[in-house]
Amino acid sequence: MSAVTRKNRDGRTRTHLFSGKAGSFLRVVFSLAITFFGLLLVTFLIGRVLPIDPVLAAVGDRAPQAVYDRVREEMGLNLPLWQQFFIYISNVLQGNFGQSVLTANPVIDDIKRVFPATLELATIATIIGVLLGIPAGVFAAINKGKWPDHIVRVIGLAGHSMPIFWLGLMGLLVFYMKLDWVAGPGRLDAFYIDFIEPTTGLMLVDTLIEGDTDLFWNAVSHIILPASILAYFSLAYIARMTRSFMLEQLSQEYILTARVKGISEHRIIWRHALGNVMVPLVTVIALSYANLLEGSVLTEIIFAWPGLGLYITNSLLNADMNAVLGGTVVVGAVFISVNMLSDVLYRLLDPRARR
Amino acid sequence: MSNETLLSVKNLEVTFDTPKGTVNAVRGVSFDLGRERLGIVGESGSGKSQTGRAILGLTAANGRITADEMKFHDLDLATLTPKQWRKVRGARISMIMQDPKYSLNPVMTIGDQIIEAYREHHKVNAKEARHRAIDMLEAVKIREPERVFNSYPHEVSGGMGQRVMIAMMLIPDPELIIADEPTSALDVTVQLQVMAILDDLVRDRGMALIFISHDLQLVSSFCDRVLVMYQGLVVEELKASALHEAKHPYTKGLLNCLPKMDGDHSDLPILEREASWAEG
Repeated sequence: MSAVTRKNRDGRTRTHLFSGKAGSFLRVVFSLAITFFGLLLVTFLIGRVLPIDPVLAAVGDRAPQAVYDRVREEMGLNLPLWQQFFIYISNVLQGNFGQSVLTANPVIDDIKRVFPATLELATIATIIGVLLGIPAGVFAAINKGKWPDHIVRVIGLAGHSMPIFWLGLMGLLVFYMKLDWVAGPGRLDAFYIDFIEPTTGLMLVDTLIEGDTDLFWNAVSHIILPASILAYFSLAYIARMTRSFMLEQLSQEYILTARVKGISEHRIIWRHALGNVMVPLVTVIALSYANLLEGSVLTEIIFAWPGLGLYITNSLLNADMNAVLGGTVVVGAVFISVNMLSDVLYRLLDPRARR
Repeated sequence: MSNETLLSVKNLEVTFDTPKGTVNAVRGVSFDLGRERLGIVGESGSGKSQTGRAILGLTAANGRITADEMKFHDLDLATLTPKQWRKVRGARISMIMQDPKYSLNPVMTIGDQIIEAYREHHKVNAKEARHRAIDMLEAVKIREPERVFNSYPHEVSGGMGQRVMIAMMLIPDPELIIADEPTSALDVTVQLQVMAILDDLVRDRGMALIFISHDLQLVSSFCDRVLVMYQGLVVEELKASALHEAKHPYTKGLLNCLPKMDGDHSDLPILEREASWAEG
């Protein structure tokens, strides 16, 4: 398909299946497939190894033996392990994660409902974290050892040390209760909830699709506080990493070259140095984004945010194995795709990584 | 060679505050420079590079520059504000750095970096600047200027990278070029090639050149005058054509380091240093 024939130096020809543009695409798909297969294998094994009996969870512990055996057979648990795995994979590929015992819905429908909530929160939080964290880190680096550097360090350290549930409660107390600047828990005010048809599941997008600005601003006012609190944590991390990458780049020779050319300090920092800082920083940002996409249980509990973290935790506490495994597969898939995205960005930012 | 003085340096000192104490990198260097080519020669740590950087005001943050006089034309370099410095750097005094592998920005195209140097000091539109940059790449004898213009630094060889560096530093048409070991990072085979290109351009455009190197022979073949530095001091000043008249034992020692085609091969001469050379 994409086999490219290349002449070697010794005159012999060799065929590279994975070279050229289409080849590199094929290579990515191939490695994705393998990673995903590994992910499924691990989640499947965890599900079988855990000392939770899915049959018991479904029928209850007072069911007669005959009912227990019948349900066990219906679930396919009497088959050999490899056969079960095969069935599991083909189900997952069709988007079938089984039924949730707790909500009585197909797990995939539950995930379609909760994942957008987490996606929305994590995305807004990451945007805030990047927009504030990078300038803070640059600011600290160019004032190394002076008071702006110390201020950024103290704010960052505070962000790392304060427990999130405390920060969340204090945020609600101050900005919702006392000052009334933002809306309280949930994604929308209670009397708005039935007004909105979940097209994408992202509240900010759905309200805009329906052209309802009142609802949109209501959603903004609900998301801004939990997103800022999550952003505080990623901000602290991003700022610290930006600072150290920046200091490293500013001591490079090409910075001296730019100074010799008479370029302004502003341009040296934001164009020359930051262009190089962004390369390793993309990985840092992607990792912190992926962490947020896993769903932050504590934040979701405090802000009654119906997200993935809350869903997985509830399912786990109720021995709802299908839901837990489904959620785990989604989290794994999110990590794989964020990693791939950061790979693509890495190549865009660093010409040396392009092939 | 006209005799008008371009740059006048009197009693230049550069000191660094390090955790281990103060280091005197340059200790009282004085020279006058007309539209000529001056070589500064010395071993590692002799202060030759720091002299070059001090002229551009680019000494590292933990260093201090003092001088009785540092004048470029009528401009007192010691009193320039950062904003005034930016009008001098690149536009009037420029510097060619040592190793193109590190001194070019790896994530910007070569064309962008050259254009940036030009547009910083000349108000032209993007098209005109591109045109100029490609002409300049041709002037440093790059065969496919269009391709190199769109390349990134890692995609060209060391010799090519250094020609790009020369193009970038010469394009705003400065009056004085400081070349700090411009060929030391290159293969021996391309050293002379690159040096010849630089020499041609400097001559054609009537620029003054300060050529900093550890290679006395190379310096003397491209310069009119040579300063020999040792431990932050100028120990001898010579006409490049009169190297054999060198009086200072250090200069003589450097000259003796060259292997001779005829003569005794059994022993390499060792430079015997005397403590008195380092006393100002």
